[in-house]
Amino acid sequence: MAFNPAPKQLSTIKGIVFVAALLPFLRVAWLVLRQVPVDPLAFITHETGDWALYLLCITLAVTPVRRLSGWNWLLKLRRMFGLFTFFYAFLHFMAFFWFDHFFDVAAMLRDVGKRPFILVGFTAFVLLIPLAATSTNAMIRRLGGKRWQWLHRLIYLIAPLAVLHFWWMKAAKNNLAQPALFATIVFVLLGMRVYWSRLKARATVRGQKKAPVA
Amino acid sequence: MLIKSSRDGANPPLSSEITPREVYEERRKFIARMAVGAAAGSALWEMANREAFAQAPAAQKLAAKANPTFSTTEPRTAFKDATNYNNYYEFGLDKGDPAENAHTLRPRPWTVSIEGEVKKPMRLDIDSLVKLAPLEERVYRLRCVEGWSMVIPWVGYSLSNLIKHVEPTGNAKYVEFTTLADPKQMPGLRSGVLDWPYVEGLRLDEAMHPLALLTVGMYGQVLPNQNGAPVRVVVPWKYGFKSAKSIVRIRFTRDQPKTAWNVSAPSEYGFYSNVNPKVDHPRWSQASERRIGEDGFFKKKRETLMFNGYPEVASLYAGMDLKKFF
Repeated sequence: MAFNPAPKQLSTIKGIVFVAALLPFLRVAWLVLRQVPVDPLAFITHETGDWALYLLCITLAVTPVRRLSGWNWLLKLRRMFGLFTFFYAFLHFMAFFWFDHFFDVAAMLRDVGKRPFILVGFTAFVLLIPLAATSTNAMIRRLGGKRWQWLHRLIYLIAPLAVLHFWWMKAAKNNLAQPALFATIVFVLLGMRVYWSRLKARATVRGQKKAPVA
Repeated sequence: MLIKSSRDGANPPLSSEITPREVYEERRKFIARMAVGAAAGSALWEMANREAFAQAPAAQKLAAKANPTFSTTEPRTAFKDATNYNNYYEFGLDKGDPAENAHTLRPRPWTVSIEGEVKKPMRLDIDSLVKLAPLEERVYRLRCVEGWSMVIPWVGYSLSNLIKHVEPTGNAKYVEFTTLADPKQMPGLRSGVLDWPYVEGLRLDEAMHPLALLTVGMYGQVLPNQNGAPVRVVVPWKYGFKSAKSIVRIRFTRDQPKTAWNVSAPSEYGFYSNVNPKVDHPRWSQASERRIGEDGFFKKKRETLMFNGYPEVASLYAGMDLKKFF
């Protein structure tokens, strides 16, 4: 069933998704202001990290879900998911920079350099910055579609780095169920792309009609 | 609304300034409900409050004489925080899980068996164990390997009292503590995070140090289940995980015990695990810590002290390279 929302319906959907993606942030703010978490700083760090990962997976899921369902309009939500990924990753980074290092850049960089799991997470965050910065229509035009697309394929690097960061952190306590779940999801979402691009390559070699573009 | 009260304990509020608990709890509930609005379903409400504290049942008081010699005068961590923020993997992996799940533990009747290289091996029931020596209250700093700390008034007596009572033989070099591992009482045992039962250990001279506390209570009452009821050890100069909880067996050995975290990740958790700001955990620094409830958003993390600020134990490690024996 190819559901195709009218423009007005689409903007309603966008509004709902926006509020839904903001809810985790509001929940964290609400609980912290009521002083419910015993260690609010750890709570903020964990929650924002979790949600950055959830939204990263959702962003990556847009293309496969679109292909499988034929809901091409999902593409119109992808930018918002991507920007919310950056929003939570930014809060997560700020939690580290503020609470762990009290805005001491030198101390933060020392820590990043010394500890591989932080280095990996930090790299993932830094790589997200150009993607967020080039998310506007004007930037897409300025870069040109092809170059923009290449730049945004950085997400294929960012996602495994983010999962590795989470894995490495949890490995301290052998508590790997959650990171393994994320690793599986990211592996499947990226694997589908590899599979489809292989199909396409084979189809092109045979000189047949091109497979749909991912 | 953030209203921080002075926690240094030096300026206690007047009793007229204190809002009775029932009043403020009702007030909080009322404000919270107003804010959420009538539209939100109760499920959403539950979800938003997942971090809320579990209600503690009425606790049994425990008389003990304060021992200022071994106590810090630093502000004590709130009881609520010390009992709702726990690592006790037998009851779950999240900090709030033990408070939520530990009600299934039955701390009485309870026996502790004392075995191995001792002249008088014995099984002691918890009541005779509690009565073995006069109970003292000691306010210790607690430093978790994860980088946070608390200040907790424990109730117990020096472990050396028990050790002398059972008379270790000349072969005894180490003491091994084993935690209960009953899947019926401990839902967390289903997870394969550690090889159960939880085992910790000390060198005999560490265990004999007067600071090493055999602990049966905290904050003037018997230990809450999530804090290791009915009996645990507290070794304040080592990271928190060295202090085994809900002990069922104490064994004196010739060889160094195979301790749970050391078996699980030997490169990360050494046998000694002394608090040492100069020896980083492989994945984070141990140079600083955050005091729960005290160090907030606008305060830098405090520096971690060697041996957690208990320099009197340094002689136990004279001549040892503490980077190697971490």
